[in-house]
Amino acid sequence: MKKLNGIRPDHRKNTENSATVEFPLPAKVVIPMSMTMGAPCEPLVKVGDTVMVGQKIGDSQAAFSVPVHSGVSGKVTAVSNYITASGAVCKAVEIETDGQQTVSEEVRPPEVNDKESFIKAVRESGACGLGGAGFPTHIKLDPRTPIDTLIINAAECEPYITADYREMIEAPDDVIGGINMVKKQLGIKFAKLAIEENKPQAIKNFTEMAENDDTIDIVTLPSRYPQGAEKVIIYNSTGRIVKEGELPADEGVIVLNVSTAAFLYRYMNTGMPLVKRRLTIDGDAVKEPKNVSAVIGTPFRELLEFCKADIPAVKKLIGGGPMMGMSIPDMDMPVVKTSNALLAIKHFDERKTSACIRCGRCVKVCPIGLMPADIDKAYRIKNIDELRELKVTLCMNCGSCTYICPANRRLAETNQLAKALIPRK
Amino acid sequence: MNKLIVSPSPHDENYTKTSGIMLNVIIALLPALAVGCYMFSVVRPLILTAVCVTSCVLFEYICRKIMKRPNTIGDLSAVVTGLLLAMNLPVTLPYWMAVIGAFIAIVVVKQLFGGLGQNFANPAITARIVLMVSFPAAMTDWVIPKIGRDAVSGATPLALEKMSSAELQEIGQSVPSYSDLFFGWDIGGCLGEISAAALLLGGIYLIIRKIISPAAPLTFIGSLALLTFITGGDPLYQILSGGVFLGAFFMATDYATTPITAKGKIIFGLGCGIITFVIRQFGSYPEGVSFSILLMNVLTPYIEMLTRSKVFGAKEAAKNEG
Repeated sequence: MKKLNGIRPDHRKNTENSATVEFPLPAKVVIPMSMTMGAPCEPLVKVGDTVMVGQKIGDSQAAFSVPVHSGVSGKVTAVSNYITASGAVCKAVEIETDGQQTVSEEVRPPEVNDKESFIKAVRESGACGLGGAGFPTHIKLDPRTPIDTLIINAAECEPYITADYREMIEAPDDVIGGINMVKKQLGIKFAKLAIEENKPQAIKNFTEMAENDDTIDIVTLPSRYPQGAEKVIIYNSTGRIVKEGELPADEGVIVLNVSTAAFLYRYMNTGMPLVKRRLTIDGDAVKEPKNVSAVIGTPFRELLEFCKADIPAVKKLIGGGPMMGMSIPDMDMPVVKTSNALLAIKHFDERKTSACIRCGRCVKVCPIGLMPADIDKAYRIKNIDELRELKVTLCMNCGSCTYICPANRRLAETNQLAKALIPRK
Repeated sequence: MNKLIVSPSPHDENYTKTSGIMLNVIIALLPALAVGCYMFSVVRPLILTAVCVTSCVLFEYICRKIMKRPNTIGDLSAVVTGLLLAMNLPVTLPYWMAVIGAFIAIVVVKQLFGGLGQNFANPAITARIVLMVSFPAAMTDWVIPKIGRDAVSGATPLALEKMSSAELQEIGQSVPSYSDLFFGWDIGGCLGEISAAALLLGGIYLIIRKIISPAAPLTFIGSLALLTFITGGDPLYQILSGGVFLGAFFMATDYATTPITAKGKIIFGLGCGIITFVIRQFGSYPEGVSFSILLMNVLTPYIEMLTRSKVFGAKEAAKNEG
């Protein structure tokens, strides 16, 4: 079997032994209506309304969308325009909390009798991929082709982040419960729980738990970034290749993040939608790195204060991991569904790009064998035919090429710009 | 209020930078340079090296200034070119000729084609060849270092091998032993190419530091040895003499002028080995390493076209002629 390349950045999993701490209820939350890859929602509440915990406050008619719920009880103080970290424009609902945390009547375990009602319940849960990309889960779980293997992505290959790891350590029964539930509801025969080898405790626990279950296989993956990228994890745990233009489902697999699976299990039992999530707070500006469970809408600034971050010294704030996370332009932005980490960086020098020396390191590290140096060249002269031939559209923006480049060239960024040059058919 | 830096991912970086790579190459060249200096009685080779390095850096600086481009001497690539150039010259070469070599390498071969990474031919190799065809006498004025005695003029091991015993007697030299060739003891040649052992040490250092891939050096040396063996020659003598080790480890691994992919590097090395063999065996020049590398440099874009890496999961595009 061919080995897919990658890089080995320092793990810096400083928080792997930090049990999740409950973040105290903030005085105010801001809940954006666009937190997933799906279409933005329209607010269902207006200024002055009283909302409860678990109440749906935003929804959309679009099929490719996920509803939004409130994680607090209190009063809506504003419905304003909002720009997300990725630049999407949507509405955001601002709620002043009353401290009561009264649970809404809407919160009750959903009735599930068949696949259709299961998918509907998944949508109502507000679930999306919790690993960072935020793909609507109900779409992923409703493929058009038959599925024989469910892959649970527990690679957590990005440096710093331990949110998924803590889920596995703290709620192993929910993880196994979620896997069995999805398998049963979708009629999938096998599941593979794929974990990077730098999490031996999780591998040991689950191997013991699944010992007598031959439908769940625990796969140990080498600790090599980007092990958790969908195509990479599918290949490394099943040997199947998702070809150009195909979806994982076309190869008979679905990849689900481990925390998402555990969340779905809890939702089906309690009816409490996705209003809270665990995130790793770390980075060199953070004095006390922690895993925190925070209500969605909590301002990042309060989380940083909670972890004793040196706030005036923070030069860069990253939502997610250092490899694929997004720059946060404003410290007062809130926790969203996809926030698996918040990194506050003190030492960050803007990179000075110099000439490509054609060392070939970018080619060597690309997990899918692209040639970023050649793409860079073709992009600069806008040679679209060449870009097509170089298959730039397959780049998944893992960032390994930029990471390794000795000339500081922003190759991954160029790949994304180059993709945009190629007209879609 | 903090002003936060907003930039696209990744936000993490590896700390091997261009200047670090060049520094490692400089370190790797030092053993061979040290042997050369010691063998050719220290002062002259040191001055020659200093002249080459200084003029390369200076030409780079002036060139960038005139072209109104950012100054790049900090990346140390001009220092590497200067060192390689010095190591490719006979120690007796007049300094002004070395300066011409530096001009060819930096101005003509490197900067006129766009600077670091853009040149299609190896600067030091091209400079050596230009000097060789322009000043053939000075470029083949070899001295044989006699330890403890004055250096005398003589012939290189490759020339010696082609001579008859009568000719050898006439010039008072003998064919050197393998160990003399390996350690660079008492043999004629360019400043930096006499000691295969020192060059090998530097090459291994670069391979361990993951600066170069062993693919091209191994196939280069391997194919030369194999072809020599098949045709009844002395493979060990052939690979240990002349510029084979210097060329294989330090020139055939140059980033800018050799293919990027592993497959490309293998083809490049094979080509170098074959051409070197052909020139040494059938050509009028005793040495063919420089020409072989230069010729393969020219072929590099074509090798690259044929050895593009296969993209994982990509569908073959419909063949589009023209």
